[in-house]
Amino acid sequence: MDMHSTGFVISQTDGRPMYLQIIEQIKQRIAVGDWAKGEEIPSIRQLAVALQVSVITVKRAYLELEREGVIVTRHGKGSTVAADPDLGPRLYERELAQHLDQAARIGDLLGISPKDLQNRLRDAIQSYLSSNRSTAEEP
Amino acid sequence: MSDLAVHFSGVGKTYPHFTLDDIHLELPTGSIQGFIGANGAGKSTTLRILMGLVHQDRGTVQVLGHSMPASQVAAKRDIGYVSEDLRLYKAATLAWHMSFVRSIFPGWDAAYAEELARRFDLKPEQKIKGLSHGQRVKAALLLALARRPRLLVLDEPTTGLDPVARHEVLGALTEVLADERRTVLFSSHNTLDVEQISDRITFIDRGRILDSDDKESFLDRWRRVRLEVPANAVLPEVPGIVDATRSGRLAVVTTDHYQPDLAAAYQKAGATVFAVEAMTLEEIFVADVRSRRERKAA
Repeated sequence: MDMHSTGFVISQTDGRPMYLQIIEQIKQRIAVGDWAKGEEIPSIRQLAVALQVSVITVKRAYLELEREGVIVTRHGKGSTVAADPDLGPRLYERELAQHLDQAARIGDLLGISPKDLQNRLRDAIQSYLSSNRSTAEEP
Repeated sequence: MSDLAVHFSGVGKTYPHFTLDDIHLELPTGSIQGFIGANGAGKSTTLRILMGLVHQDRGTVQVLGHSMPASQVAAKRDIGYVSEDLRLYKAATLAWHMSFVRSIFPGWDAAYAEELARRFDLKPEQKIKGLSHGQRVKAALLLALARRPRLLVLDEPTTGLDPVARHEVLGALTEVLADERRTVLFSSHNTLDVEQISDRITFIDRGRILDSDDKESFLDRWRRVRLEVPANAVLPEVPGIVDATRSGRLAVVTTDHYQPDLAAAYQKAGATVFAVEAMTLEEIFVADVRSRRERKAA
């Protein structure tokens, strides 16, 4: 398998641990169908070599993916994509929860009332949506 | 077969101005171990003891099942060693070195050697004296890799390399591990390289091992916690705090044994936790070295 064509990019400035980046990119690959359900995926060592990262980092990503029901690993036989992979929004869900938590805390710190904080969030949503819509409508 | 490729136990060596003491190292077969230390910390001495080039005063060293330095001849057949001084003959060509190494080591893989020369952008007909520092490092690495040794010992392999050459060298090192019977030990003061490709990490400072663990545990254990502490509040004593600085109401606490209940303990004491930050290996190394040196000085 030519791993370079699978387009994994591990960033050292991303801030998130490398194993999380690997998990996310494997999920994307499965979500778009590049790695089909039930299909064999690279071994831990193969992927480590291709990504030029340590075996232990890829191993951790695979263990996590297994726990989440995304891949199935049979001892000595390698790993496959689960027949019914659960690609649920867990990863982003967790990130969102952290950001909201942070917003609530900093809001409190700055003495912003809950009502004002809610309004700030509404403004942020509106400005995001309007800027995105305007770019989408351009030819 | 032992599943430890390298095992140091209580190893020490005393020089007039430097003492290497109580070195314990365990390197499981099939892994890459990064050995991090400042200049003069004892990295090279440790690697030379491993190679039987320096004899320890105390302790035992097992390498690939051989006792060092007593069985170094047998052990060295399966070890590829690249040191900082490189030991290449300046007047000879790379091709001459290749056929020389091939004549000594029957395991020489000529096809792999040619492939490495291509990938490293080296011309075998070129004389060593005409090569840049980076090209010499890559040439020495080629000579070690093409023997396909079971253990690769590399002293600062990426120091002084340009970004492209560094990338080529790191790639070649991770490829070695596609074969799970092979093991790599490399020293570096470039924590970024170590963080990227190592399975296990050992810190050394002033002749002693500070810490040794698998990389994921290392990165998981260390956290920096940013807090706001009311003037009258006292932060609880928690084990595993490496460093705590307070200026006004703001405090930064560094721990090498992070648990989620740490944040809870601080909240309970009246502090507000702003952030729990992961640290890079470089930040971890510097924090570890500093706190140990301070504790020793105190």
